[in-house]
Amino acid sequence: MSAAAPFAPGLFDCRDAYARTLEALAAEDPRIVAVVNDSVGSSKLGKFRDRFPERLINVGIAEQNMVGVGAGLANGGKIPFVSGAACFLTARALEQIKADVAYSAANVKLCGISSGVAYGELGATHHSIEDLAWLRPMRGLTVIVPSDPWETAEAVKAAAASDQPIFIRISRMPVPELEHRAPFAIGKAEILRDGADVAIIAAGTLVHRALAAAEALAAGGIEARVINMATIAPLDEAAILAAAADCGAIVTAEEHVVRGGLGGAVAEVLATQRPTPMRILGFDGFQPTGSAEWLMERAGLTAAGVAAAARDLVSRKRD
Amino acid sequence: MKALDARRGDERVERVRERANWMRRRSLQMIYEAGQGHPGGDLSATDVLAALYFGVLRYDPATPNAPGRDRFVMSKGHCTGALYTALAGAGFFPEAELSTYLQPNSRLNGHPNRTYLPGVETNTGPLGHGLPVAVGIAIAEQIDSAGYRTFVLTGDGELQEGSMWEAAMLAGHRKLSNLTAIIDRNRLQQGARTEDTNALEPLADKWRAFGWEVVGVDGHDHARLLAILDAPTTPRERPLCVIAETIKGYGVSYMQDKAGWHHGVPNAEQYAQALAELAGSEDQA
Repeated sequence: MSAAAPFAPGLFDCRDAYARTLEALAAEDPRIVAVVNDSVGSSKLGKFRDRFPERLINVGIAEQNMVGVGAGLANGGKIPFVSGAACFLTARALEQIKADVAYSAANVKLCGISSGVAYGELGATHHSIEDLAWLRPMRGLTVIVPSDPWETAEAVKAAAASDQPIFIRISRMPVPELEHRAPFAIGKAEILRDGADVAIIAAGTLVHRALAAAEALAAGGIEARVINMATIAPLDEAAILAAAADCGAIVTAEEHVVRGGLGGAVAEVLATQRPTPMRILGFDGFQPTGSAEWLMERAGLTAAGVAAAARDLVSRKRD
Repeated sequence: MKALDARRGDERVERVRERANWMRRRSLQMIYEAGQGHPGGDLSATDVLAALYFGVLRYDPATPNAPGRDRFVMSKGHCTGALYTALAGAGFFPEAELSTYLQPNSRLNGHPNRTYLPGVETNTGPLGHGLPVAVGIAIAEQIDSAGYRTFVLTGDGELQEGSMWEAAMLAGHRKLSNLTAIIDRNRLQQGARTEDTNALEPLADKWRAFGWEVVGVDGHDHARLLAILDAPTTPRERPLCVIAETIKGYGVSYMQDKAGWHHGVPNAEQYAQALAELAGSEDQA
């Protein structure tokens, strides 16, 4: 399915949940403003603009200025949601994110739209699969990767309620609504399915694929714990250590390169506190052109790919 | 009444002049004692900062985050000798704390940090950041009609950063008449003259073309600075760019207009000479 095609029934675009939630919050709180880089359409903020025209600040195609302006709006008492394609927002404005937002502890919400390989055919310039690696180390910047529309909405609400800098990675890949087991809380992992043979720690668009992988594994007698790690920073280390203790084998899966993302974050915890066999699933580097789903399949970021990695780890554990 | 206003005006100019001289002496002491710093740019920017903090800005150091305060953003964040002496003189923190400049764990970092130092609006240091943030503040004020003013001081070499022109373009487009950008036009960047590195001229034309009102001023003339930076009697329709013609190292003869004093540190003899020259100019006043 191409990203532009209408989604099949039961599948959703998280940008809709983002835009709907932001508009509802803005109706209640006049401090909420949106800042965009000519990205009203790609952020799906057309209705927000029509309803709150003076609270939609379009800086034009200028990401460094967009983030700096966001920090200034926060200084002036606003709660800015700075929304742009994740690839440009995070890479072009990285020093502004570091100095003006994270280091300044400015109350800015950065919304990286159409993250990962959603812009598949447009190529590696438009893929955002390095962003977690360069945002995750910034102390004080919370990094959230929602898995579905409900979690996207909850993350936006939590971000608006917080006075701290937050990055939300918002996909346009079709995802189903998941059956969540716990209320959303920043920094808290959610166990979506329990098991003790292997733990699959996933984020964003990989969570529903991890759940499908667990179904397949169960059919073959392997019980997998599926952990939705929606907050990449700060990381729920306790959930990771408990999974390592209970399962003894961990697979991570993310729509990101295999260096510096969720897998790297989990590996940092395990290597220093409880060495545990691991597989890190993700992209190996710059990706070629092709549909988003084709790129995911090529990298093994599918239910079958996740299940295969889990089986491999379990068989090695049993040897 | 007119005579009274003039006398009050004179008192204000005198206060700014006295504070500027104190800031120069105190910032040089900080740099001399710390063995590090940016004296050239500090001395270049001191008179602008003195005019702002002791003549123009409305603030209450007891409530540094009061929503209605005027904002000052130090885009040339490396000139902390000038900024910290202004903030201490304005009462945001004790003057005695200036002696901790650049010491381990001091709040007086080499570049200003708002999370632990009252009076700092945003963390700067990397160049090209202050103007976009100031534009954001001015937009917030524009939305709320809150009535405060926003000022930003930028270096001139800093205008080689593209982000400054992104922000300048937006400020002009949005007619941010509540925003004043002051350019510390000392014509020297870290290693050489701006015009020999990547020329900025015709600078006033550039800002006009971006939709700003532009005015030039001797950046060491306190009375003229105050007159230009004061709230306009008839409201402006556009943002104001003040090109402050300055001399890097102003007030210390051997530092003046010398690129080497961008981050030079005086030895004991040079320090004594600098203090003597500044005391001499104080006596003449």
